[in-house]
Amino acid sequence: MKINNIGYLLKAGIREIFLHGFMSFAAVVVTVACLLIVGSFSILLYNVNILVERLNQTNEVIAYIDDSFSEAEAQQVQTKINLLDNVHKAEFMTREEALDRFVAEHGGDPAFSGLEPEDLRHRVIITLEDNALIEQTVSQVESIQGVVKITAAYELAEGFSTLQSVLQVGSLAIIGVLLLVSLLIISNTVKLAMYDRREEIAIMKMVGATNGFIRVPFVVQGFILGMVGAGTAFGLEWLLYDFVVKKIAQLDTLMMFSLVPFQQVLVPMICTFGAAGLFVGVVGSWTSIRKFMNAPAH
Amino acid sequence: MIEFKKVKKSYSEGNHALRGISMQIEDGEFCFLVGPSGSGKSTIIKLITGEIRPTSGSVHVNGYSLERIRKREIPYLRRTVGVVFQDFRLIENMTVYDNVAFAMRVVGAQSREIRERVPYVLDLVGLENKGRRHPGELSGGEQQRLAIARALVNNPSTIIADEPTGNLDPARSMEIMTLLQEINNLGTTMLVVTHAKDLVEHFVNRVITIEEGLITSDRTDGHYEDQ
Repeated sequence: MKINNIGYLLKAGIREIFLHGFMSFAAVVVTVACLLIVGSFSILLYNVNILVERLNQTNEVIAYIDDSFSEAEAQQVQTKINLLDNVHKAEFMTREEALDRFVAEHGGDPAFSGLEPEDLRHRVIITLEDNALIEQTVSQVESIQGVVKITAAYELAEGFSTLQSVLQVGSLAIIGVLLLVSLLIISNTVKLAMYDRREEIAIMKMVGATNGFIRVPFVVQGFILGMVGAGTAFGLEWLLYDFVVKKIAQLDTLMMFSLVPFQQVLVPMICTFGAAGLFVGVVGSWTSIRKFMNAPAH
Repeated sequence: MIEFKKVKKSYSEGNHALRGISMQIEDGEFCFLVGPSGSGKSTIIKLITGEIRPTSGSVHVNGYSLERIRKREIPYLRRTVGVVFQDFRLIENMTVYDNVAFAMRVVGAQSREIRERVPYVLDLVGLENKGRRHPGELSGGEQQRLAIARALVNNPSTIIADEPTGNLDPARSMEIMTLLQEINNLGTTMLVVTHAKDLVEHFVNRVITIEEGLITSDRTDGHYEDQ
C-alpha cells in the first residue's frame, strides 16, 4: 500500500461511519452495552479471586501434637508441616498460647475457669495455598509422626472453590457470548455499508483496485466503531464501579466484600477493553468484507 | 494483444457458452464483436477481464495468461483493460471530475498526477467544462463520454466497450463511436461489442461475428452479416 493512499483510505473509512450514522450509532451502543457487561464480569471475577484468596487464608487447619512431645519436638513437627507443598503458612502455638486464645474467645465464661495449659495440646495452625486440595494436604499432615488429631473445615473450603469455579465458568461464558454479539453487530454494520456501496466496489474492482485497497476503509470503519465503543464502555465502567465501591464501603454489613479500587485494575482494564474493541471492530469488519470480495466485478 | 486459442467455456448448468473459439486481436487494432443475444459475447468480455476462467484452451491478454492467472494479479490485468458499459455505471453522488479521479485514486495514483491527468482526459472526451456536474445532470451521450474518460484515465492498452451506444440515439451513438475511433487512432486497442449494424458498416474495421459460441465470420471489410 502506497503512503500517499493512507490519508485517502482513512478519510474513506471515517466517511463510511457518517454515511450510515444511525447504524454506526447502534453498533457503538450495542458494543458499549456488551463491553460494559464483559468488563463488569471481568472485574467481578478479579474481586472474587481476591476475596476467595483472602478467605482461603482465614480458613485454618489445626494439627494437634501428641501430649508426650516436648515443646522442642512439637516445633520440629511444625517445621515438617511447613515443608509440604500446599502449605501457605504453618504457625506453632504452645498449649499456653492456645489457652490464652481460648479464654479470649470465650472471655468470662465461668464454665471454662480452672482450665490449665496441660489440659490442652501444642498445636500447629496451618493455612493452605489452595483449599481445593485440603483433603490431600490433611492426609499428608496426618502421616507426620506426632500429629494426633486434625480439625479442618472441609465444607467451607469446598464451598469457596466451588463458588470460584462457578463464577469463573459463568463469567467466561457470558464474556464469550457478549463478545460474539458485539462482533456480529459490527459485522452487520459494515456489511450494510458494503451493500450500500456495492456499485462503487464493483467499479473499483473493474478499474483494477486491489482487494486490500477496497478493504481498508471498511476495516478502518470497524476499528473506529469498536474503539469508540470500547472507550465509552471503559469510561462508564469506571464511573459505575467507583459508585458501587463507595456504596459498599458505606455498608458495614458488606465489609468483607470490600472491592479493590479501580485504579488498581486500571492497566488490565485498559488492555481488556482495548483488546475487546480491537477484536470486535477489526474481526467484525474483516469477516463481512471477505464475502463481498468474491462477488463479480461486473 | 488479446489471443484466444481453442477456448471453451461451460457454466455449471451444462450451458456451453463458448465451443472452441480462436482469435487474435493485435495491439492498436479496432475490432467489432457482433452476434445475437446469448451467442457468447459477454462470456468473451468476462474472460478478458479475468472474471471467469476458460474451461479449456488458453486466453492471453496484454501479457497475462488468464487460464492460470493468480487472484492477486487480476487487479493488475484490469489496469491494462478499460471497460465501458451500456448503462455507464457511474457513481451518482460523485462529480464528473471525481468519477474519473476515483479510478486513478483506487490504483494508487499521486494527487499531482490526478490533478494533471483528469482535466486532460475530460478535455479529450469533450467534458472539460462539466467537471463540477453530477452524472444525473448530464445527457446520455455525455454520461457515456464520462464512462469512456474513466476507462481511459489509467492509460490502459486496451478498451472494451460492451454495447456502448445501446442507450443512445443515432446522433449520440455516432459521436461516441467517433470518439472510440479517435482513441484507437492514438494507439489504444479497441474491442467494441455492438448490435448497431449501421455503425459497424460506417466505421470500416475488423468485424468478428459469433453465434452459439462459435466464430462464424471474421472479416476486415467492415461487413456485418445479419443473423
